[in-house]
Amino acid sequence: MKDKVTNILISGVGGQGILLASEVLSEVLMLAGYDVKKSEIHGMAQRGGSVVSHIRYGAKVFSSIIPEGQGDILLGFELLETYRYLPLLRQGAKVVANDLKILPPPVTLGREKYPENIPQKIRQAFPDTLVMDGLAVASRAGNPRTANIALLGALSTALPIETSYWYETLQKMVPERFLEVNIKAFDLGRQTAASQI
Amino acid sequence: MKRTMLSGNEAIARGAFEAGVKVASAYPGTPSTEILENIARYSTIDASWAPNEKVALEVGIGASFGGGRALVAMKHVGVNVAADPLFTLSYTGVRGGLVLVTADDPELHSSQNEQDNRNYAKFAKIPMFEPSDSQEALDFTRLALEVSERFDTPVMLRTTTRISHSKSVVEPGEPAAGPSTAGCIEKNPAKFVMLPGNARKRHTVVEERLRSMEEWACHQSFNRIEVGEGKVGVITSGVSYLYAKEILPDADILKLGLVYPLPKQLIRDFASRYDTLYVIEELDPFIEEQVRALGIAVHGKDLLPICGELTPARLNKALTAKDVQNYFVPSEPLPNRPPNMCPGCPHRSIFYSLNRLKAFVTGDIGCYTLGFMEPLSAMDTCICMGASIGNATGMTKVLDPEEARRVVAVIGDSTFLHTGINGLMDMVYNKSTATVLILDNRITAMTGRQENPGSGYTLMGEETTRIDLEALCRSVGVKHVTVIDPYDIEHTRNVIKTEMQRPEVSVVIARRPCMLVKRDPVKRQPSLAVDADKCTGCRACLQLGCPAIEWQPDAGDKGKAVINPLLCCGCGLCSQMCHFDAIGVRHEG
Repeated sequence: MKDKVTNILISGVGGQGILLASEVLSEVLMLAGYDVKKSEIHGMAQRGGSVVSHIRYGAKVFSSIIPEGQGDILLGFELLETYRYLPLLRQGAKVVANDLKILPPPVTLGREKYPENIPQKIRQAFPDTLVMDGLAVASRAGNPRTANIALLGALSTALPIETSYWYETLQKMVPERFLEVNIKAFDLGRQTAASQI
Repeated sequence: MKRTMLSGNEAIARGAFEAGVKVASAYPGTPSTEILENIARYSTIDASWAPNEKVALEVGIGASFGGGRALVAMKHVGVNVAADPLFTLSYTGVRGGLVLVTADDPELHSSQNEQDNRNYAKFAKIPMFEPSDSQEALDFTRLALEVSERFDTPVMLRTTTRISHSKSVVEPGEPAAGPSTAGCIEKNPAKFVMLPGNARKRHTVVEERLRSMEEWACHQSFNRIEVGEGKVGVITSGVSYLYAKEILPDADILKLGLVYPLPKQLIRDFASRYDTLYVIEELDPFIEEQVRALGIAVHGKDLLPICGELTPARLNKALTAKDVQNYFVPSEPLPNRPPNMCPGCPHRSIFYSLNRLKAFVTGDIGCYTLGFMEPLSAMDTCICMGASIGNATGMTKVLDPEEARRVVAVIGDSTFLHTGINGLMDMVYNKSTATVLILDNRITAMTGRQENPGSGYTLMGEETTRIDLEALCRSVGVKHVTVIDPYDIEHTRNVIKTEMQRPEVSVVIARRPCMLVKRDPVKRQPSLAVDADKCTGCRACLQLGCPAIEWQPDAGDKGKAVINPLLCCGCGLCSQMCHFDAIGVRHEG
């Protein structure tokens, strides 16, 4: 009953493929034999809005929402949205951040300022941080729209899951004509993360 | 079937399939929408979108009266629309099992209020199941259909956003044999014709049904006691059960699967064992008040919040009076990132024009509700589906003619067909002078692009007759119906201006398909770019609030606009805004 539950957050901007990424991740965790719960909020024209998805796995998971301050890993698809959800993490948590800025409306209109030096600020609070240019990795794989899968590849290095479960899940969830490029993006993301450890 | 990850909505769809449901009907509404979208994958079920929730329920009632099992789904506020048939359905009972799913939205993630629809169960005297995860969502859907037939009653199934949109591991079952009564006429006016003489008799049946269900529910496994250390007792249901297990892992728990009628004897027996008893529930003290009415002292809303979602953190704070000490808190204020209308959204120029014309805009429910946000700032009211038109009529009745001209009702195509048409009939009949703008993007966009009677396609993707909005408006008596292309800003503004001046009802239909609907043959135009030499930094283009246009404060003397090519879809609105001819097609290199 008190077996440890691991808490993963995926945050970003609506439209970046967060739902698919959290879908893939939770499927992988289930295949690996864990109890898994996943929760996110979508519906009200969330395109462009701030989005966060909660994924919890372990022997037995109750709440699908991560209790505040107990997040173990944060996978951020955009810098400001990575920064925004850091308070949900525990001390010593791991952060994988996509090195990408998408300006929110108050900033594009010139009313508010986008925070500066976010990667350094994250690293200062969470030394176990990996900042990766997901778009560049995805472009190297052959399609910039696979950045979400490249980021999952980077995240995968932090999880005790065999890669075969990842490939099996991608095969199931990605349309066939995009499968090869997604697997390449996943592998490149994984390599990028491994080379930085 | 193998273990699989399902959302609550997917699990309900699976449960309906396994239970042999024949007919499913719904109007889309977050967080309920995916129930019908998933039911549509099962070829044994006739699944369709109804123009509104009342019609959806009436279709379900018909299927049930014909002997087939039926499932009807809607969001919490949708039940308000369906309430009229619902309360009388409670009296008639059913033939084939009928389940009404109400997907509630504590915390108003995407709703206009956070009403607790457990109250409808008590109000309409209808039993209600409440699952706490996807496995229960599946199991309770099957159970609800069986119970519906066994007790001759409609049954409600209540989810909340955290059940509907959370995924958890499910072991699906085998499809059960369908109900024996499938599809045959059986006349029984004493049961199905609710005029006073018959309805009086049925009311006593309803009360007797609730009494017998209450006793029955005391001995059913969906209401169960989980024994912990025996010091603290908790009565809970739905998603709150999971939070209670998370925060109070050692408590004894009475987990209620049926939240109405409550198993009173079971509650009495459970409560008698504890000095400290909590009722842990979201929103209203629905269980708490009924437990108190039994003369049992409990802690509930004296500690727990009545507004908003319960979360593990909020529950922990309420029970232990300890706030979470966050390890890290940013030292600077972070800019908000509210949702925005998409790049290329055809509604954008409408709100820009209404803002410029200083209109008072009675608004409605849909993507275009975002028109209230800066910089467009052109929506002044928003109550419920279809309200914009009636609101405009009422306003013009109390204003002097000059002010009344400023009133414009804005409504989407799907919402217009949902309940807007009724308001338009009233407008014509009662000689209102307001202007109605129908934003026709040919889809129900807000909830994720569902078909509607104006889109020309069914839920199953089959082509069907498309409601002709112009003809419909004319047929109820509107003399002035104009169709415009909202991508033409000047024409759009001129037409709206003219129609606002007209001392008669007029309808302007702004027609452009939603940018996200791939079916419609809108050619995605090449992205545009700002010619930095020509940009004077006047910021006119920023007034559209398009997410693709970014302001660079440090460029030039006054700053300059830049277009993000990844987001821009070349709709061309910004180039019409620019007086300096600085925005044109991007030339690479």
